[in-house]
Amino acid sequence: MDMSQYLEVFIDESKEHLQTINEQLLELEKNPDDVSIVNEIFRSAHTLKGMSATMGFEDLANLTHQMENVLDAIRNGKIAVTPELLDVIFRAVDDLEAMVVSISEGGDGKRDVTEVVAQLKQIEKGEAVVAQKSTPTYEQTYDEFEYTILKQSAEQGFHSYEVTIKLRSDCLLKAARVFMIFEVIEQIGEVIKSVPTVEMLEAEQFDDQFVVTVVTKVSQDELQKRIMKVSEVEEVNVQSVDLHRPVAQENAQEKPVEQKEELKTVEQVVEKKQEGQEEKTASKQVSNKTIRVNIERLDILMNLFEELVIDRGRLEQISRELNNPELHETVERMSRISGDLQNIILNMRMVPVETVFNRFPRMVRQLARDLGKKINLEIIGAETELDRTVIDEIGDPLVHLLRNAIDHGIETPDVRRAKGKLEEGTVKLKAYHSGNHVFIEIEDDGAGISREKVLKKAISKGIISEQNAANLTDKQVYELIFASGFSTADKVSDISGRGVGLDVVKSTIESLGGSVSIDSEEGVGSVFSIQLPLTLSIISVMLVEIQNEKYAIPLSSIIETAIVKKEDILHAHNQKVIDFRGKVVPLLFLKDIFEVPVIKEEDDFLSVVIVRKGEKMAGLVVDSFIGQQEVVLKSLGNYLTSVFAISGATILGDGQVALIIDCNALIK
Amino acid sequence: MAELKVIVFQLKDEEYAIPVQQVRSIEKIQHITRVPRVPKYVKGVINLRGVVTPIIDLRMRFGLEEAAFSDHTRVIIVALDDMEVGLIVDAANDVVDISTDAIEPPPEVVDATTADYINGVVKIGKRLFILLNLEKVLKTEKG
Repeated sequence: MDMSQYLEVFIDESKEHLQTINEQLLELEKNPDDVSIVNEIFRSAHTLKGMSATMGFEDLANLTHQMENVLDAIRNGKIAVTPELLDVIFRAVDDLEAMVVSISEGGDGKRDVTEVVAQLKQIEKGEAVVAQKSTPTYEQTYDEFEYTILKQSAEQGFHSYEVTIKLRSDCLLKAARVFMIFEVIEQIGEVIKSVPTVEMLEAEQFDDQFVVTVVTKVSQDELQKRIMKVSEVEEVNVQSVDLHRPVAQENAQEKPVEQKEELKTVEQVVEKKQEGQEEKTASKQVSNKTIRVNIERLDILMNLFEELVIDRGRLEQISRELNNPELHETVERMSRISGDLQNIILNMRMVPVETVFNRFPRMVRQLARDLGKKINLEIIGAETELDRTVIDEIGDPLVHLLRNAIDHGIETPDVRRAKGKLEEGTVKLKAYHSGNHVFIEIEDDGAGISREKVLKKAISKGIISEQNAANLTDKQVYELIFASGFSTADKVSDISGRGVGLDVVKSTIESLGGSVSIDSEEGVGSVFSIQLPLTLSIISVMLVEIQNEKYAIPLSSIIETAIVKKEDILHAHNQKVIDFRGKVVPLLFLKDIFEVPVIKEEDDFLSVVIVRKGEKMAGLVVDSFIGQQEVVLKSLGNYLTSVFAISGATILGDGQVALIIDCNALIK
Repeated sequence: MAELKVIVFQLKDEEYAIPVQQVRSIEKIQHITRVPRVPKYVKGVINLRGVVTPIIDLRMRFGLEEAAFSDHTRVIIVALDDMEVGLIVDAANDVVDISTDAIEPPPEVVDATTADYINGVVKIGKRLFILLNLEKVLKTEKG
């Protein structure tokens, strides 16, 4: 059977399951006694196992299977949750991840996992006698997991039946019949197990008879009738399952001992199960409403739309010039509709930063253990949304900064104790919106940055001279960390501090149109703050004219526009300022900053655009306002990388290029 | 014997050549939007069919005197790595095949400023082509 068409779905879903397992394992470490978490993990692992077996990735299935056994033992209280045990499971998950990655890159998903498997087996055996998986026979036997489900279902008023179905011997498309039968069953209940397995049934690897175990609320008769309605079914034999018979023979002896414990947990488990079912129906509904779309298609859609926006601008201009009311109306309508369309397209491309953040807890835990530090990672604002293109790029820089904070920032527990701090260091990862930017901050309560150390290092590496060093502000000193060939760790560890990296972090972020800054206090901690554009494509701007040149100012940074009389300009510290609603606002003459060739004479009135960056404000002096417009943000290309105070360019309705002013760079 | 197809263009009194592989297109002069606070030889950016493309005045890049644009003035759009840049030249003259064997190292008489930007010279008949080293031309000077 050709599986390639399912491969993409398989990879996506596997990643989701692995993510769930990762998250839940971390949760489990905090609450080792919570059985519901183990159940959660188990469910994901079980699904993963089934999926990978179906897709023919046996190593993946084997390892998951082994992991499942260990989880099962934990669930039944035979093995206690210890950090060491979790380490092994995490390693197994790592291997699983590596395999999935290999598959997604077109590999065969094979990997040598014997060591981990051996370790898992050891755990499984070491602590207690664990249920061996029953050897597959053509009899309907249940492993503990399935048995538990059946029991729970019974308690919830479901009936469990073993249904023996015989197809007519002249049935041609057996797999199709099987599929139809399963569909009938799934309308009224759920298939717990089938012999032979579903995969074998679908591959038509059976004669004409198979047995399925079904939990359902309908009666024996009705189930039989419903299945008989499928054509080419010769015989249906429904029997209820005897829940009191032992699970698998190996377990027979230990069962009574275990019984009590199991009863205790059953309530909990039942609850979980109900939840699980709700979840299932919920997820079914969701899956009906969403489809997976290749990001490339969205990009194409976006590009086409950008072209449309440019033409829209042109059309608006023409319609204004022609002054034809009908044309005017049509164009206006079109603008409105394309505005809505734009919102939808942009929203489709927005992804919560969670997709990047969710792999960090795992990484931080591992790092902390490797370094012998105690670290609590706090994630705030994971729901903040960012454009897909930004999300794709931001992962690596963040990993680097986090590693940096953990390796260089947070001290070892004994050092922290000596300093009178909590032994456990805190790293805060915070994301939030502000204007048309998203800020991501990485804050640690560690050692902070030592000015002396940084300077010493920078001088020894020849990054700055000694004379210059003395004059630098603290901020400028911190900036040195981003210089290439810089590393402050006294001890080079393999986590960070190879001297490669922080400069790469900076350039990556800048290439995304963002910026990164550092704030630090020695002994108290540091904050690395990353500013990123919300979206890289379409923004609202105010077009202004400076002499004969047109510039665009992002609407998001504008507070308002004003006309100011020349005599109202005040002077303070060699700086021209105005009194704007009771606040002193410095004036920036764009024609001087941008060295615009002067052609026209100055007016008695100044057109001022009041812009802000956080709390700070400034008045940008221009010659005239042209108006507001939606424009497509274009980069200046790779040749002109860092132009002062220009964040990009756009193409206007008349085909000319206008530059977009970066107000953040203008306000110090 | 390897052949090399080159685009030949005029700058002041000399003829320069760029391999066709590095050339995307040749355009007439159109409206250039000035970009503030960049090196003088960067004339600005143009709208090249929806792509904002930076434009370099090659005369100024080589330290020659500026010339007013004429009907012959062309913008040669070149691509190097992931950069696309337009070069303003006095005229685009020809496409010729040269053999790589005919390439000679740049003569020492070429003055120091331009010598850096040259890969070699080729003499075909009475014409002398200067092979441009695009990487050097497009390298932005720091500071």
